[in-house]
Amino acid sequence: MYKYDTYDQALVDTRVEEFRDQVRRRLDGHITEDQFKPLRLMNGLYLQLHAYMLRVAVPYGTLSGDQMRMLGHIADKYDRGYGHFTTRQNIQYNWIKLEDAPDILADLATVEMHAIQTSGNCIRNTTSDQYAGAAADEVVDPRPYAELIRQWSTFHPEFSFLPRKFKMAVIASDIDRAAMRLHDIGIQIVQNAKREIGAAFYVGGGMGRTPMIAPCIREWVPIDQMITYAEACLRVYNRHGRRDNKYKARIKILVHELGRQEYTAQVEAEFAHLLTQNIEPPLAELARIKAMFADPPFEAGIADDVDRSDPDFALWLDNNCLAHKQPGYIAVTISLKPIGGIPGDASADQIRLMADLARDHSFDECRVTHAQNIVLPHVRKADLYALWQQLDAAGLGTPNLDLIGDIIACPGLDYCSLANARSIPVAQKISQRLAAKEQEIGELKLKISGCINACGHHHAGHIGILGVDRKGTENYQLSLGGCEGADTSLGQITGPGFDEDGIVDAVEKATEVYLANKGEGERFLDTYRRIGMAPFKEALYV
Amino acid sequence: MKILTGNDLKSGAVTWWDGVQWSLHVEDAVDVGDHGDTILAREQAARRVNAAYAIDAIRDQRGVRPAHIKDRIRALGPTVRTDLTLKPADPEAGMWVI
Amino acid sequence: MSDVQFRFRDDEPVGDPGVTVGAFGEQSNASAVRLEPGDEARDLLPHLGRIRLIEVNFPVFGDGRGYSAARILREAGYQGELRAVGEVLVDQIAFMRRCGFDAFAPEIALDPGDAEAAWSRYAEVYQPTSDGRKPIWARRHG
Repeated sequence: MYKYDTYDQALVDTRVEEFRDQVRRRLDGHITEDQFKPLRLMNGLYLQLHAYMLRVAVPYGTLSGDQMRMLGHIADKYDRGYGHFTTRQNIQYNWIKLEDAPDILADLATVEMHAIQTSGNCIRNTTSDQYAGAAADEVVDPRPYAELIRQWSTFHPEFSFLPRKFKMAVIASDIDRAAMRLHDIGIQIVQNAKREIGAAFYVGGGMGRTPMIAPCIREWVPIDQMITYAEACLRVYNRHGRRDNKYKARIKILVHELGRQEYTAQVEAEFAHLLTQNIEPPLAELARIKAMFADPPFEAGIADDVDRSDPDFALWLDNNCLAHKQPGYIAVTISLKPIGGIPGDASADQIRLMADLARDHSFDECRVTHAQNIVLPHVRKADLYALWQQLDAAGLGTPNLDLIGDIIACPGLDYCSLANARSIPVAQKISQRLAAKEQEIGELKLKISGCINACGHHHAGHIGILGVDRKGTENYQLSLGGCEGADTSLGQITGPGFDEDGIVDAVEKATEVYLANKGEGERFLDTYRRIGMAPFKEALYV
Repeated sequence: MKILTGNDLKSGAVTWWDGVQWSLHVEDAVDVGDHGDTILAREQAARRVNAAYAIDAIRDQRGVRPAHIKDRIRALGPTVRTDLTLKPADPEAGMWVI
Repeated sequence: MSDVQFRFRDDEPVGDPGVTVGAFGEQSNASAVRLEPGDEARDLLPHLGRIRLIEVNFPVFGDGRGYSAARILREAGYQGELRAVGEVLVDQIAFMRRCGFDAFAPEIALDPGDAEAAWSRYAEVYQPTSDGRKPIWARRHG
């Protein structure tokens, strides 16, 4: 994975001192909260329901063992012993004191981490495929390209006061494991017939109030023009994105209102101009970064089979482990969704265990997924059973990857001041209610958001739940048929909303309709797409 | 009644105006009537509170009850981690929020 | 009109306030123009030869359109004074300077010590602009 050189480290260290100074000026009264707020947001520090919340960046979801261990240390030293992994591959701490924030950033800097631009109207953390470097279907590892984007977007002097936040994702396979088309800019690294590498740009996707799937703006940008093209896309947005209405300020609205053709024309014109400005990093820089993402020293000729005699282990193996490109190895997903648990939360002890396992069994690397789980990308099959036993003992062995218990949920009204309703209790109840039938139901991506900002990605849920405020009480809308991936679709609302008990019943009923109607080999999503909303609506609103 | 709530600038802790200073406990909150804006302006300028605002609340047999569930969650803590709330040992606390 | 608090040029400042972009087109002797966030900076490109001062207004600090306007003007070869006016805060002036601003007239004067720290805090930068600073990738690869 990427290792800082002295330049990268100096920037992060300087940022810590800059922020320390800004905090001092706030505490001394030299700047007001209105002036300080954008500054602290640019360092990921929110004022939330219970305290300050800090969002630490995990670039393209990749962490070393030491970095993971530091996240556990921060949870214990500065917070209340746990952290929350998010749908953008970051981690959040909920009980932060402003006066501690500069020290936290200083501690993070010692392991090449930061909270730069994890909030604010700027370019945020660029996410990627959690199986990068392990997946057999990738053209290349997408993360060097994400690292190029990270550096280009950090402290960008022109794009730090955009109309709104800006989120990018980079993948390198046809199967989209990062919800790429639901981002402001999604990039797919592709290969042409001449085996040259290029970038396909999708611009104007997003969820929230007006979910949209990003159209393809350019199928092929030569890889040595990728940054210049991204700059052109951002400049058009910075100049013409709406600033009159916060709810219409994302680039998806600009692309939608101009139309794909006109937006593309403006980008192409700006791109042609920017090509004369020599802003593209040289290919030597990409090569320098790529060298750090070379395959780890896999052992050849090691055992490629696994002893399945323990049925609990076999169940976990079948659910949570993905075939690896290298024989003898396997990619492991650690579920942070225990039955009845808080999705995405991990205690400091659990975080430290995962750090140790990454160090000892995955070439010192782990990943945060946008589904709020952790991946150990390169585990020897020979070590798998012992690894599972450790996970299981720590409550990290739930065999529910992509099943209904693998719920994606935002923190909701229990933690977030933007929320209209609590999301976690709903997740817990559904998890408990349906745990026994989870295997029978099969793949079902359930996503819950506590408000229209859609941080739980509910529009992309096979089953989606949106919490709303209905005359002062919590109410929940149900949607069906959302999907991320190459066949991205947005969920359809079933009808009137439900109260907390009602939504749990409704989800159960939806699974019953599926089981009653499922065809051979059909997942929930397939059955829904085949039979449509009507049978579900009938069962839900009897 | 109208009560005032905000966050402590340094710690971020949720606080409630008790007539003299900012308390961690909602049951100490006092009715500010029409004087909320004046108090807020003075207290925020002095940095004794941050991001403060006025809310509706009632006083019932259990004490002060903010009108909106969000502020009740702020008053107590997350309903899903009772161990982290201001009243971890109180079995009724969660029901009070809802 | 606020005073110019910082200026990184040797020539004489233009005393006149900038006329609007609309008015500029009709006044052949005007040499100072003021850009509002919604104006099109490229409308000025045919006239750059006679412009000595462009004021770019930041009515609210969160409206970042002026940063793009500045870069567009410098990229087109504008060499006159490029002055940031309006709600200009100390935590923005380094970015503004990188985008090509060489004069700053904030509505509310900045603390000179804070501004001094801001200009030079970051020794290295990731991205090239027309300010000529070598980006980190250029340092890495000669």
